[in-house]
Amino acid sequence: MPAVSKGDGMRGLAVFISDIRNCKSKEAEIKRINKELANIRSKFKGDKALDGYSKKKYVCKLLFIFLLGHDIDFGHMEAVNLLSSNKYTEKQIGYLFISVLVNSNSELIRLINNAIKNDLASRNPTFMCLALHCIANVGSREMAEAFAGEIPRILVAGDTMDSVKQSAALCLLRLYKTSPDLVLMGEWTSRVVHLLNDQHMGVVTAAISLITCLSQKNPEEFKTCVSLAVSRLSRIVSSASTDLQDYTYYFVPAPWLSCKLLRLLQCYPPPEDGAVKGRLVECLETILNKAQEPPKSKKVQHSNAKNAILFEAISLIIHYDSEPNLLVRACNQLGQFLQHRETNLRYLALESMCTLASSEFSHEAVKTHIETVISALKTERDVSVRQRAADLLYAMCDRSNAKQIVAEMLSYLETADYSIREEMVLKVAILAEKYAVDYSWYVDTILNLIRIAGDYVSEEVWYRVIQIVINRDDVQGYAAKTVFEALQAPACHENMVKVGGYILGEFGNLIAGDPRSSPLIQFNLLHSKFHLCSVPTRALLLSAYIKFINLFPETKSTIQEVLRSDSQIRNSDVELQQRAVEYLKLSSIASTDVLATVLEEMPPFPERESSILAKLKKKKGPGAVSTELEEGKRDGGELNGGAERGVDAAAAIASNASTPSPSADLLGLRSAPPVGSAAPSASSLLVDVFSEAGPTAPSGVMDDNFLRFVCKNNGVLFENQLLQIGIKSEYRQNLGRMYLFYGNKTSVQFVSFSTSVSCPGELQSELNIQAKQVEPQVEGGAQVQQVINIECLADFLEAPLLNIKFRYGGALQNITLKLPVTINKFFQPTEMSSQDFFQRWKQLNLPQQEAQKIFKAKNAMDSEVLKAKLLGLGTALLENVDPNPENFVCAGVIQTKAQQVGCLLRLEPNAQAQMYRLTLRSSKDTVSRRLCELLSEQF
Amino acid sequence: MMRFLLLFSRQGKLRLQKWFTPLPERERRKIVRDMTMMVLARSPRCCSVIHWRDLKIVYKRYASLYFCSALEDPDNELLALEVMHRYVELLDKYFGNVCELDIIFNFEKAYFILDEFLLGGEVQETSKLLVVKSTEESDLLQETMEEYMRKPAF
Repeated sequence: MPAVSKGDGMRGLAVFISDIRNCKSKEAEIKRINKELANIRSKFKGDKALDGYSKKKYVCKLLFIFLLGHDIDFGHMEAVNLLSSNKYTEKQIGYLFISVLVNSNSELIRLINNAIKNDLASRNPTFMCLALHCIANVGSREMAEAFAGEIPRILVAGDTMDSVKQSAALCLLRLYKTSPDLVLMGEWTSRVVHLLNDQHMGVVTAAISLITCLSQKNPEEFKTCVSLAVSRLSRIVSSASTDLQDYTYYFVPAPWLSCKLLRLLQCYPPPEDGAVKGRLVECLETILNKAQEPPKSKKVQHSNAKNAILFEAISLIIHYDSEPNLLVRACNQLGQFLQHRETNLRYLALESMCTLASSEFSHEAVKTHIETVISALKTERDVSVRQRAADLLYAMCDRSNAKQIVAEMLSYLETADYSIREEMVLKVAILAEKYAVDYSWYVDTILNLIRIAGDYVSEEVWYRVIQIVINRDDVQGYAAKTVFEALQAPACHENMVKVGGYILGEFGNLIAGDPRSSPLIQFNLLHSKFHLCSVPTRALLLSAYIKFINLFPETKSTIQEVLRSDSQIRNSDVELQQRAVEYLKLSSIASTDVLATVLEEMPPFPERESSILAKLKKKKGPGAVSTELEEGKRDGGELNGGAERGVDAAAAIASNASTPSPSADLLGLRSAPPVGSAAPSASSLLVDVFSEAGPTAPSGVMDDNFLRFVCKNNGVLFENQLLQIGIKSEYRQNLGRMYLFYGNKTSVQFVSFSTSVSCPGELQSELNIQAKQVEPQVEGGAQVQQVINIECLADFLEAPLLNIKFRYGGALQNITLKLPVTINKFFQPTEMSSQDFFQRWKQLNLPQQEAQKIFKAKNAMDSEVLKAKLLGLGTALLENVDPNPENFVCAGVIQTKAQQVGCLLRLEPNAQAQMYRLTLRSSKDTVSRRLCELLSEQF
Repeated sequence: MMRFLLLFSRQGKLRLQKWFTPLPERERRKIVRDMTMMVLARSPRCCSVIHWRDLKIVYKRYASLYFCSALEDPDNELLALEVMHRYVELLDKYFGNVCELDIIFNFEKAYFILDEFLLGGEVQETSKLLVVKSTEESDLLQETMEEYMRKPAF
């Protein structure tokens, strides 16, 4: 029986609930419920009209049964009947039932809406509130259609009671969230803003939630709320703890309202009006000061309410990101919390500091807490707190502390909770790459990662280390040596075998001079792991073996022996068998020259966003990545003269080594789309297909897209209703290879499909281009690929032309395009010091050696975008060279067969004038001019 | 905005469920299962905030009952703890020394009080006096124990 029975308790209900509680088993409970359902059904169907009380009681019982988790398929009509009762308690139960068991039965909705309409019109505030609660609880579209016009009127009417206003405000908010199109802005909107001045604190508290949501969607229309919010906040913050009577919560004046006001202000930039801003800064300072005062109560409610306001204030300070003094104070305050005895505060402080770390004003201040954070990572009992500590270490990492942080994270990994290992591994991998000053450290870190947490090292991570080793020749020998040593361990992780196989297959020769790692020893070491590995790893190892045959002819017979063994050549796995057969044949038939060509060292991978970063972003979900993105942006381009380099090694090796096909390069397509459209170097083919559908093409030479490829190598070159042409290209020294993908967008076959590439005029002697022929038919929906090899003989100005002819439904199509082969593609980046740069700059002082252009910015002058473009150009972006940090300087050498042309570049943005000055100096006047011309169209 | 508020016992029995956004029944059951499993497994020293999907789960234990709320990203966790505390206070003021049984036997009252306090997942009225006053208005028809006992049990 109930301990207390207040109001008009329903005895029958209490008895029923007791019965249910006394049931010994689930079966007994179900039996009791069925009995009750049968009883209620018979009452509802009975001839005798039920009185209001009984109806209410049975409806309430049904509700109870539903809340226990059983289905209810009747009683809705009786509940709707209760709505029109004039007894408050009956009406209330009716509304509760409707709110909990929403039914899409349209007939019923009409009846419900009717009842609501009557109650809204009743002028009885308690009835009106019930109706508004019901609308807010159900929040369906039908209700929005019926009441979205009425509620704003109730909200702003002069004679509406306060309690009704409160319900109306939140009810409208609910409808606006579910059906924004039905809530029309109008004359009421300006009056809603003035509810911030209302005398009744409860009305302000409710209205501000509505105002915040509306401001987010229509900031302009509601911007007067800023000054009102500031003055309201100021009044609360400066009030004594007893001034606000019942709105003071454990000695904290109006914590809910304060937080909501601070949240509203976060929808806007800092106030422009100096007086308003001054007042607000004063408020924020007062809040920070209060945090230092001794508590007025020992109760946790007091400290929670007070700190809730403090955290909200800090969020606002971070949002403004313009008051260095406040940012640093916020950081110090959070620093105190890091050692607080309340776990919640430590957790929230770690989380909040993560965002502070991304502000340039407080990044350094956050870094001072590194030791505390590291100790949190080691000693916190709660895994979710440790997770935040790891996040914060990641966020505060920069060049100065990368080695320490990475080392701590690695050592933490050994004992880390399983649930966060994968993410930790990704973070370590990203930090190690981003802040790698010397690449041997990077290689060590990743190999350690594989050793410690091999199971959690996703493919992206080990692909990435291979990409970097391939692209950096200064680390290849070290990588080979280290991986060779790591493989000595009796039990090493399969991922280590993969990396080892790949790297030794490519660069084993670099350590073969040492008798302790002679070719045969290398091979035997790898092969000793073979039988413990899964099929994909074995396949990779087989490819490594054939590469060994090329690198070390002396291993040929041993390896052929292995390939010839039944366990390989008759392996039940098709892929392994095919590799064994083909590699064996290849090694026995092909001459050393052919073998050397086929098995040549992998070319450097083209630039692409780090697939690891993409994976982390995906893992964290779209909401959580913003800090990561900012991080990436802030430090973009630190690594390798192009932080975002690399492709997936696995695709290359997994596809047959003899036919390297970029179309097998699936992983890149899986990586996340580039960060905004502003990062052209990061785009991959598929992404471009979705983002930029080209216009229908007229005939004649088209070059609209030509300039888009100056700073990037991949993308969609052309698209009309019939045909799409995608492009992927890679360049190395004076050689280039371009893959063209012709996609038939129709369902009909193209016939007589032919393409030709021509070099008009002088270009013939400057470029040597060979295009493989394509099949004359392209099936509907299919894509064919064409490989074009390019050799740069001398510097050039014009672009080669690509002509495509085919018949579609009988009509001849003839398209001519400029192929985006530009002189800058043959750039080799050159790193140099500031002194060298300016010395060479001065040496190239002949007037014709310089080309300069001053032009207006076509796009936003975002320095990260500029960096990305300059890197895409192919030059090295030299940091800390130009005395003015706003300027960019680059250096590179253009490789042609005839000669090498050194080029220096300087780009000076002027943000005020939205102009750039671009200067190029090179040893050849035509090169300077051409580069200047190409580049001036890019910004 | 708060997405949902659940009250469950240490044994995982759901005592109150308030959903501020519409969700299919199946999804609700799954969430309730996830929440009870997740929250009940945590030790008292753990922090009261858990990241779950894109939401922040904030919970607190009062005697045998767990109060568990889900917040959206911008919401304030500490304040959510106090929202739950204020709700406990409101129940307490209404029932007088509230206990789990009060909420079981007078579940409808628990929902009414909640509706006065939170609407659409936002705080509507923080004054204890006002919330309790408006809830008690529904009890104007106070009846005597005799009247109560005279009512039919079925």
